[in-house]
Amino acid sequence: MTAIADPARPRRKIGKTDPIQKLAILIGVSLFAAAILAPVIVPFDPLGQSLLSRLRPPLGFERYSAGHFAGTDELGRDVLSRSLYGLRLTLGLAFAGALIGLLIGGTLGLVAGLRRGWVEDTIMALVDMQIAIPFTLVALLILSLMGSDLTVLVLVLGIAGWEQYARIVRAEVRRLTTLPFIEAAWTAGAGPIYTAWRHVLPNLVSPLVVQFTLALSNIVILESTLSFLGLGVQPPQPSLGSMVGLGRDYMPTAPWIVLVPAALIVALTFSVQIFGDWLRDRADVRLRDR
Amino acid sequence: MIAYLARISVKSVVTLFAIVTVTFIATRLSGNPIDTFLGDGLTAEGRAELIRYFQLDGTLWQQYVAFLRGVVSGEFGLSFVDRRPVTQVVGERLWASGQLLLASVTLTILVAIPLGILAAIYRKSWIGSAVMTVAFAGYAVPSFILAILMVLVFSYWLNWLPVVGNGSFLHFIMPTIAMSGVLVAALTRFTRNAMLDVLGQDFIRTARAKGLSEARVVLRHGLGNAGVTVISVIGLQVAGLAAAGSVVVESIFSWPGIGQLLVNAALIRDYPVLQFGVITVAVAVVAINALTDVAYALADPRIRLARS
Repeated sequence: MTAIADPARPRRKIGKTDPIQKLAILIGVSLFAAAILAPVIVPFDPLGQSLLSRLRPPLGFERYSAGHFAGTDELGRDVLSRSLYGLRLTLGLAFAGALIGLLIGGTLGLVAGLRRGWVEDTIMALVDMQIAIPFTLVALLILSLMGSDLTVLVLVLGIAGWEQYARIVRAEVRRLTTLPFIEAAWTAGAGPIYTAWRHVLPNLVSPLVVQFTLALSNIVILESTLSFLGLGVQPPQPSLGSMVGLGRDYMPTAPWIVLVPAALIVALTFSVQIFGDWLRDRADVRLRDR
Repeated sequence: MIAYLARISVKSVVTLFAIVTVTFIATRLSGNPIDTFLGDGLTAEGRAELIRYFQLDGTLWQQYVAFLRGVVSGEFGLSFVDRRPVTQVVGERLWASGQLLLASVTLTILVAIPLGILAAIYRKSWIGSAVMTVAFAGYAVPSFILAILMVLVFSYWLNWLPVVGNGSFLHFIMPTIAMSGVLVAALTRFTRNAMLDVLGQDFIRTARAKGLSEARVVLRHGLGNAGVTVISVIGLQVAGLAAAGSVVVESIFSWPGIGQLLVNAALIRDYPVLQFGVITVAVAVVAINALTDVAYALADPRIRLARS
């Protein structure tokens, strides 16, 4: 589907940030900080069991166990510590995945944009296929057969979104190569690699940063969904998705085991998506309604 | 039109071929599936027999040719679990998945198209922003979280709705909503944008100028023209999103469909079932995409009459 232009949409003034965006960015930054600082700030070992204080509720409820602000799970592990470590892992995987997608898709898109003919046709056919195949199913297949270790998982998450980068880069490259300054570079004797590196790439930075941000949130959703189903991050290592998946059995009596990681996932995807939209509005007017 | 149909057919066949190949490669990348699945407690003779039985002897290329031959003749092998043909195992679950898909798509259309129109008409007032905020939330909340929260509130706390199975109307409510969340978000956005696109055009001004009622302008001239885009989105986006959603939603609600089957097969590595299930869903998605392309062409004379 191509983007539909929206001539009637009122133009937001560049540089103006509304309160929801400010809040989202604040939440996003805190989540990133918490993920990075997790080893320093968490009160308990995320894997440390304590069978004497199992299934304790969060602060403010009866039977609260001191120090376990978000309660404990069925093995007496601290839910907050596990969630923050899970957040750290989820974000790490998302960054690695988005970066792999950027490398694959960016390279293919650049090649497709610069070299016309069968090279471009083949790459764009691959893009169409990737769009047509429901990727979650392919991910299930690969993870089930290759085993769910983190390397495989990162690769799967990386492949998940490469085609978006490829489309953006190709479209931008095609547009840029018709502009006079690229032609001037050719005329001045610049080779294809020099031109790509020196003149095309710098112009791709802002659309790619925007796409990278949006990909982050998609990958967070894909990773937590796979982990929720038991095919992503494997226990005992905590990930937000697997905490929700494994905590399901205790939901009637100990909903906090599920609610705390679920809230973190939603806060993360919300803030990253709003941040992405905000970036897009400022970065590039042409990308607005994609 | 014939050239267009031919192009769609070729594209679909190539995509299907690619999917079949990808599933083949994925299943063989991990080494011998007999060892990964049945590994321990197998005698050498038993292993050899199983390898012959599941046609895993021969070079990779021979296996690939044998696999393609099987695909063409409809032989997809037997489930590792109960040794029934995978076509049967998957086939008996089609209807349950189909029901859930139909329910979700119906709900999505009934909710998203009016919302999208509202958001387009009232784009400058709070109604428009409220609708778009809801649509935005639909993207940001993963379907498994939506499902889990509904289960917590409506099944465990309020005790209104059943969690497991597909026996009655009540069983449909939560799975249908969980499936529809992201679909509604996508379709609302597209309906709004398509409507805005159309409503900004000259013939709409003409329609207003000749004194038509606003309802007629919006519904007949606006939606009538935006409808083509909206239908194509339903076909192209919704099919893929629904395939992904059904995996999650069916396994949460123990819905006896293909999605649940696939997750279970993935967890116990029943690779013939997994392979055929993925191919089945992919065929369905590609077929829906192709039909959408044809419908799009039929609805739009610019494509129908184009010669290329």
